[in-house]
Amino acid sequence: MKTETVLREIGAKELSGGAAEEFDGVYAGDLLSRAMSHVGEGNLWITIMSNVNVVAVASLTEAAAVVLAEDVTMTEDVLEAAREKGVAVYTTGLTVYEICAVIHSLSEKAL
Amino acid sequence: MAENVTFHFDVDGENFTSAGEASVLVKKKLRQLGLSPEVIRRVSIAMYEGEINMVIHADGGTADVTVTDDEVIIVLADRGPGIPDISLAMQEGYSTARDNIRALGFGAGMGLPNMKKYTDSMEIETELGVGTTITMKVSCKDA
Repeated sequence: MKTETVLREIGAKELSGGAAEEFDGVYAGDLLSRAMSHVGEGNLWITIMSNVNVVAVASLTEAAAVVLAEDVTMTEDVLEAAREKGVAVYTTGLTVYEICAVIHSLSEKAL
Repeated sequence: MAENVTFHFDVDGENFTSAGEASVLVKKKLRQLGLSPEVIRRVSIAMYEGEINMVIHADGGTADVTVTDDEVIIVLADRGPGIPDISLAMQEGYSTARDNIRALGFGAGMGLPNMKKYTDSMEIETELGVGTTITMKVSCKDA
């Protein structure tokens, strides 16, 4: 699915650019060890965690992009680390559930 | 590969800003060496978990990674408090991380279980008050 389409539909704002054009799966969750083992390469990772370790996990798992829910943002030094590592980060006012619901509904339409 | 390739890293204790740096660097190096994405992923996850454990529990330590033709060997050594009960520590969900650590998203009690899950072998040598050394091996041949 096109990343751009989802980002538009959830009203996402870019904090650090460079999202992969397409993503092929979604993981939603905040515990880093869980995310580490479940975020697949090219996945969108939806979370409310915003510390620098999120950048490390997203970089290691090669997530397509990190989507922060509930208008969570990252501090400038964390965003700096994200840009340095090429990790794309977006934020939206929707909750994790609402983001997942939008993606689900888009994927249903695509079928 | 004619000769083994080795990497050495010092892991800073209580430094969550640079935690994971060694894993990210190793990942880059393994990619340059042409290892398969699945092997790189397994090594990255296991090493990141180990690195974080050293930061959380042991005031840092060292990480040594050796790449041979057949496997990647990761040795993580710290001079931390040691693990009193390894079988308890190996249980998913068991964690002794403090609340401030949990607030960062750690402390899920998945560190050691993930390290075991993503490697082909893992050995823990630990002595209370002296430290812990964990040796993990990941085969370069995809399962």
